[in-house]
Amino acid sequence: MQVLSGVLCPFCGCCCDDIEVVIKDNTIIDVRNACALGASKFMGYSVHRNTKPLIRKNGELVETTLDEAIRRCAEILAEASYPLLYGWSNTSCEATKVGLELAEEVGGVIDNTTTVCHGPAILAIQDVGIPSCTLGQIRHRADLVIYWGCNPWCAHPRHLERYTSLSEGRFQRAAWKRYLSRLILESARKRRYRAAGRVIKGGAAALPAEEEKRWMLPPPEERKLVVVDVQRTRTADLADIFIRVEPGGDYDVLQALRALIRDEELDVDSVAGVPVEKLEELADIMVNCRFGILFFGLGLTMSVGKSRNVEAAIKLTRDLNMYTKFLIMPMRGHFNVTGANIVSTWQTGYPYAVDFSHGYPRYNPGETSAIDILSRGDADAALVVASDPVSSFPRRAVEHLVKIPFAVIDPCLTPTALMADVVIPSAFVGIEAEGTAYRMDHVPLPLKKVVEPPEGILSDEEILRRILREVRRIKGKSQARKN
Amino acid sequence: MVSMEFILITGRTIEQGKFKEHAKTTEKYKGNVAICEMHADDMYRLGVKDGDNVKVTTELGSVVVKVRKSKRIRTPGMVFIPFGPWVNSILPSETEGSGMPHLKGFKVKIEPTSEPVPDIKDLLLKTYGVKK
Ligand code: SF4
Repeated sequence: MQVLSGVLCPFCGCCCDDIEVVIKDNTIIDVRNACALGASKFMGYSVHRNTKPLIRKNGELVETTLDEAIRRCAEILAEASYPLLYGWSNTSCEATKVGLELAEEVGGVIDNTTTVCHGPAILAIQDVGIPSCTLGQIRHRADLVIYWGCNPWCAHPRHLERYTSLSEGRFQRAAWKRYLSRLILESARKRRYRAAGRVIKGGAAALPAEEEKRWMLPPPEERKLVVVDVQRTRTADLADIFIRVEPGGDYDVLQALRALIRDEELDVDSVAGVPVEKLEELADIMVNCRFGILFFGLGLTMSVGKSRNVEAAIKLTRDLNMYTKFLIMPMRGHFNVTGANIVSTWQTGYPYAVDFSHGYPRYNPGETSAIDILSRGDADAALVVASDPVSSFPRRAVEHLVKIPFAVIDPCLTPTALMADVVIPSAFVGIEAEGTAYRMDHVPLPLKKVVEPPEGILSDEEILRRILREVRRIKGKSQARKN
Repeated sequence: MVSMEFILITGRTIEQGKFKEHAKTTEKYKGNVAICEMHADDMYRLGVKDGDNVKVTTELGSVVVKVRKSKRIRTPGMVFIPFGPWVNSILPSETEGSGMPHLKGFKVKIEPTSEPVPDIKDLLLKTYGVKK
């Protein structure tokens, strides 16, 4: 039995690097420190995995050799005139780098999952810039933490514990006890509420929603947690202040806050369902903190307004810096989506949706982004790496994707793989292969190899290298024929 | 049969996250993703119970999922479906030039149904046809 410590969890953008993995005979038998999501990945990664290269023949996926699968994949890409290379956020920076080389070689478009999560945030950042910092700074200094349109309790479970309210910083105490007692009070209240609901006609629904009235502010010297969302999430249950915004109302609320911190009067009673007094109080807390941080999630980037919402949030942060120190950070989802952006920017100048069809990199999200290319029906082949667009893309885009020839490189048989023409199994990066990942605050961290992959399974990077070599060979041949 | 209009929100849940990294073909994934969380009042009005099947319709098509009484949604008129292939098969793909489709907060029609919730393979087959 062997215990490996300091392992990085390859799941979400928190990139927790304090995981301990217990290994026996090349199998993971236990993980420590990880949250439910991370643990389920470490413990269950091998259960439903795919270890066989597959190729579509007469409408059926049949087993084949790795060389054959790589050759077919290279053929698909080399023959296409406008292939799409999509995925990248669940693999290492090294693999993304080879992917970019491949995209240039085949004159295609390379896009990562940013396009369907924080793409609008990047557009906003390119417009107005971003005042940000590392998560370590936040842990030690932030006395006001705001989560806007995100739910770390479910999507980044250890974010609170490692970097914000529940972490013990050098200058800021953890707020564990306060939250614990609040949770106990809250669950007692819910029990009473349910009991009352049983005796009242119409059930609990007939009772007034009293918990919204609750305002429990901690003493001024303690860290505060504010959650703004359209529904009361599990994170909101912990918050000192929870503000419910009507769906699609984030932009209005952000602009109202900007007006309030400039001491302007609002001549309405409520903004997007939030009473103005509540906003005034929040504006006060923001101006009076010493170090504030606003984390935002898909609630801003996926709702009406998209990049404009994020822009308003960044401008709010900028305005607040006239009074105090205030920073802002997107809550990135996949563990290496930030890395995909960084490698892409460093190689081509652009973070996602890079089009090489003219021979040089071009970037125009809305035109060169994956969903648009697929919905317009432009792509004539695709390569999907460590991603599952059939599950995560809207229908029209998928309808086109399944019509064109495409290959998938993934450790699992995902719905996308089930619809593919070529499936190449790969090693789980961060478990069976090494690499580099970027945490959501742009800190690069090493991904470790903790167990050996099954026989014959290569890493994404190696598979991509082989495809690239094969593509070059095919292209060289056709070039020679032309000459 | 009654059919009502709702505002649909999509998002992550911890259960969805736990199972998405394994295979998406498992019953557990389906049980945690092919669901529609709804306010108790709305369920009453629609005449459905916890675990009944409902058909969610947008202009692109419809999908059958199971109703779950929400402990989170406080305002009637709003429903939540976790990210996954079921809800994605009825989402619009217009990005309005931003590269990003509109995935939170749009109108859907919901009605009770006796049709079963499709398995992922059937869902793919029904929505996208057989790959040749
Ligand atoms: S919070 Fe994210 S990175 Fe950390 S253990 Fe959980 S899933 Fe892994």
